[in-house]
Amino acid sequence: MSDFLAMGGYAAFVWPAYAVTFAVVALSVVWARRALARALAEARRRLATRGEQS
Amino acid sequence: MTWTWFHRLGSPPYVYALAARLTPWFAWPAALLILGGLWGGLVLAPPDYQQGEGFRIIYVHAPSGWMSMMVYTTMAVSAAIGLVWRIKVAHAVAASCAPIGASFTFAALVSGALWGQPMWGTYWEWDPRLTSELILLFLYLGYMGLRAAIEDTQRADRASAVLAVVGVVNVPIIHYSVTWWNSLHQAPSVMRLARPTMPPAMLTPLLLMLLGFTLFFAAVLLVRLRGEVLNRERTASWIREAVST
Repeated sequence: MSDFLAMGGYAAFVWPAYAVTFAVVALSVVWARRALARALAEARRRLATRGEQS
Repeated sequence: MTWTWFHRLGSPPYVYALAARLTPWFAWPAALLILGGLWGGLVLAPPDYQQGEGFRIIYVHAPSGWMSMMVYTTMAVSAAIGLVWRIKVAHAVAASCAPIGASFTFAALVSGALWGQPMWGTYWEWDPRLTSELILLFLYLGYMGLRAAIEDTQRADRASAVLAVVGVVNVPIIHYSVTWWNSLHQAPSVMRLARPTMPPAMLTPLLLMLLGFTLFFAAVLLVRLRGEVLNRERTASWIREAVST
């Protein structure tokens, strides 16, 4: 296991490269969901204000 | 053959519902392919005869680089379709691509720097491949900045679409930079006309990662697309139904 983590001496480069890439993968999901939630909230708000006017 | 399926793809309520339904069909295969690619790339693939275990960075670096260019191409093609045929959904696709592409361009640049340091002795060099990839990041950021600066969505769509279409010339420049100029970066080992240069035990995990990242892009794109479609529909009555669930 410690051999695996050592990556033949390249641990300081291999693991950060994987960490950055998968941070981007995870954040892509979080940001996309947040953008959709914001659009839904905005659409609901628009509908609500229009409902009061009519 | 009828063109109704094509026309329906221009209809916001149809696309909104379709995107919601399709998302898991891309997300789950993407997760499985990426997990398989990780296992194959980190555990099963043998070390490289020159780069030892350090070559394993390829399994995150090459998919990120592929995403950076594939997402940009998708964005530019959608933007062009939106410009020419004035299809709102096409502009919504283009706008959804940008943040995803920018993120993976960043990942490609950082993982590339972390690969460059042990193999070339430097994190960064003003090399044709590295420089053109950095320009790609600036194109994405410029596209997003331009959109953010224009309040009216329709005007933002058209202005940013022109930038996306013009910027697409950079994509072949990135791809061929390692052939046209004397670059530090190695030549393509998968995306080439001849057979790939890697043995199957190294190549298979890479192909799994490339396919997995591509499906991942599709899934995230579909989530963002729903938001972008909603933002473009101010008055349509179908929205009441869409937001109620």
